[in-house]
Amino acid sequence: MARSSVNVVIGGEAGQGLVTIGEFLSRALTRAGYAICVTQDYMSRIRGGHNTFAVRIDPVAVAAPDEAIDLLVALSADTLDIHRGDLSPRALVLADAAVGLGGLPGLAVPYKTLCPKPLYENVAALGVAGALLCLDAAILSGLVAEKFVAKGEAVVAANLEVLAAAMDWAKGQEATFACLAPPTLGPGRLMLHGNEAIALGALAAGVNFSSFYPMTPGTSVIQTLIDQADAMGVTVEQAEDEIAAVVMAVGASYAGARPLVSTSGGGFALMTEGVSLAAMLETPVTVVVAQRPGPATGLPTRTEQADLDLVLYAGHGEFPRAIFAPGDVSQCFHLAHLAVDTAERFQSPVFVLTDQFLADSFRDVPPFDLAALPAVARPLTTVDDPAGYVRYAVTDSGVSPRLLPGFTEATVVLDSDEHTQDGHITEDLAVRVAMQDKRMRKLTGLTAAALPPDLVGEAEGATLLACWGSTLGAALEAAESLRQAGEPACVLHFSQVYPLVGQCFLPILAKARRTVMVEGNYSGQLASLIRRETGYVFDARVARYDGLPFTAAFILSKLREATA
Amino acid sequence: MTDANPYGEFETAWCPGCGNFAIRKAMVAALMELGLPPHNVVFSTGIGQAAKAPHYIRVNLINGLHGRSLPAATGVKLANPELAVFAESGDGCSYGEGGNHFLAAIRRNIDLTYVVHNNQIYGLTKGQASPTTPKGQKTKTQPHGAPSEAFNPVAVAVTMGAGFVARGFAGEVEHLAGLIAAAARHPGFSLVDVLQPCVSFNKVNTYAWYKERCYRLGDDHDPTNRQAALDRALEWGERIPLGVLWRSDRPAFGPMPTGPLAVREPDLKTLSGILAGYA
Repeated sequence: MARSSVNVVIGGEAGQGLVTIGEFLSRALTRAGYAICVTQDYMSRIRGGHNTFAVRIDPVAVAAPDEAIDLLVALSADTLDIHRGDLSPRALVLADAAVGLGGLPGLAVPYKTLCPKPLYENVAALGVAGALLCLDAAILSGLVAEKFVAKGEAVVAANLEVLAAAMDWAKGQEATFACLAPPTLGPGRLMLHGNEAIALGALAAGVNFSSFYPMTPGTSVIQTLIDQADAMGVTVEQAEDEIAAVVMAVGASYAGARPLVSTSGGGFALMTEGVSLAAMLETPVTVVVAQRPGPATGLPTRTEQADLDLVLYAGHGEFPRAIFAPGDVSQCFHLAHLAVDTAERFQSPVFVLTDQFLADSFRDVPPFDLAALPAVARPLTTVDDPAGYVRYAVTDSGVSPRLLPGFTEATVVLDSDEHTQDGHITEDLAVRVAMQDKRMRKLTGLTAAALPPDLVGEAEGATLLACWGSTLGAALEAAESLRQAGEPACVLHFSQVYPLVGQCFLPILAKARRTVMVEGNYSGQLASLIRRETGYVFDARVARYDGLPFTAAFILSKLREATA
Repeated sequence: MTDANPYGEFETAWCPGCGNFAIRKAMVAALMELGLPPHNVVFSTGIGQAAKAPHYIRVNLINGLHGRSLPAATGVKLANPELAVFAESGDGCSYGEGGNHFLAAIRRNIDLTYVVHNNQIYGLTKGQASPTTPKGQKTKTQPHGAPSEAFNPVAVAVTMGAGFVARGFAGEVEHLAGLIAAAARHPGFSLVDVLQPCVSFNKVNTYAWYKERCYRLGDDHDPTNRQAALDRALEWGERIPLGVLWRSDRPAFGPMPTGPLAVREPDLKTLSGILAGYA
């Protein structure tokens, strides 16, 4: 009997190639027309340890990771022991015959006879898993050929031989595992993870500069920019520290580049003085903060949503900002684009908050329609009266005409001290008030442009699960599960967490039977922010801060505990 | 050489007798000698009285944060290589708070001119020891004498093979102007460390103290000889050399973008092809 949803977990030591197998499998599934959701769990070490690459597969749609494992591809004996308790009732384990199954149901794969060299075991594991899932052999062999083409025909041929032998071997086994149901989504979709999508959305918005200091899980945004830098004309410089990274971006922005900076909480802590600088200079800069558990170095490779407060209050003094929090990979692309435009339009620091889970989570997404993207605001390179130009002209919107230096006879003067309209230091306190009022007026525009939260489902009399960022998928699935059990449920997802517009969501909250804020931190940061901004208090909270992403099962069990 | 000064005259917030006046004068003379129109010049500064200097010159200016003049200057140059970029600040800003950026800028070797007002004291915060205050010199906050060895910026820069390393003195404006102009012409990172009396807070390193000790390097000094440069960079005390200590032909940072990034349109056709590669 075909199954609708299958959770495949590949486990092993760092360096064993589990990501290679996982990416191959995920791409083959996407090409075949399945929906996927990938969760990567890895330790902060380069070799050894125990890591997993989990792919949840569905013929129609998949929003979140699952906990029960249906197919466990064990590359090490440890994998069997660690995941023994996570297997679903119909689970199947694939382990090296040389290691054995340790009493678990599954297939002992004779990698030694299937592969001429241990190097090919990844492809053999892919072949066995692919055959058990009934994946199209042509899709798998096409991918393998693409992957190895650079290494020459002989390498391609050897890998294809191993793939075919592994698939044949698997088909000859009497496995109790059943095929996936036929896919429904069709070809043409893309497979990418959250950080790739953020970088690509930024490129679509014309980002052409990045200064960075590497920090997991923020680096892969910049790595994606670097991979496309030559083709897209992006200047990237690895800075000496995060302070330099963000200040360099501010300098570049002043001179007309469109910058993107990416880091994680610890690096962002260092960047806060630069954020304040960008606000005072009124120079656009877009900062991606990929959250991981803190304080300090915390759990470097795990996930959390605990840096909302840090980003919300980052920088000394008071200034307007916008904070986006994409819920899935498509939103990563579109909100990165919007964030860059918002930064340019309001000449302010703008943030994209993501997290390790979403950063590393490959998904299937429909292709992005580049032609449909709105134009991004640009600075001025000409001005009617260069002699009369002043950088900080006081305007009703708080946004002043931003001229780039070097393009006209005008000089453009920026100062981190309080300054006059022409950018020069002042201690005239009346000017101070006028300037602070001008800067803060941008908040009115930012608020008017703020995205309202998305309601999925009917709020009337329902259990309302509120969430932000990457918790979206698990909340959607938990709500669906409640509905199937006869309990009305809906999800209210905040893809922008600041500014918040109470009128957009307070009436929705009022309709619900009970409201539950689900967020990946200890203290309930968005719940507190909503209370601060609107006075609204949620009926209950579900918190997760053990380093793992939310799942529907986790949310449901916490809801049961709360009502028990 | 331009005849009229296009860089303007401004009222300053400096103490009477401050060495900053002379450095400003030398800077304007250098800019005029270079023939740079004000709108093609960008100054990036940190914080302190020295960092205010470009407020008193008509140029493009990004006056930022303490210690961060170099990262901002680097960003400006990377975004628009057609601009002539100067960073200017004091010794605390440049060698204390900005020490890591100083080392990185030497390594990076982007075409920037770094002019440091080195008065061996924190002036704006009223007289604490700076990274270049000699060990043992008493200050308000170091009553038993500065406890750490003084940082030697020119020796560090020579040791690291910086593009161009010079030392000037605020008491010799014309000579200093020549050093700044030569530094700006050098296609890479150039340091001009300027000895500058702080008449309010540094009662040791006065005009008279410097005048007694400073001498100009003669033609017998070969600025391309690293050992000779280091010997002169380490010379301090009874005799203090002024001039171009070191010059290297080390290639400048590359690759730089061709032209300003501001005029680049996002290439959505290429991006579309890149996106297709994710299928």
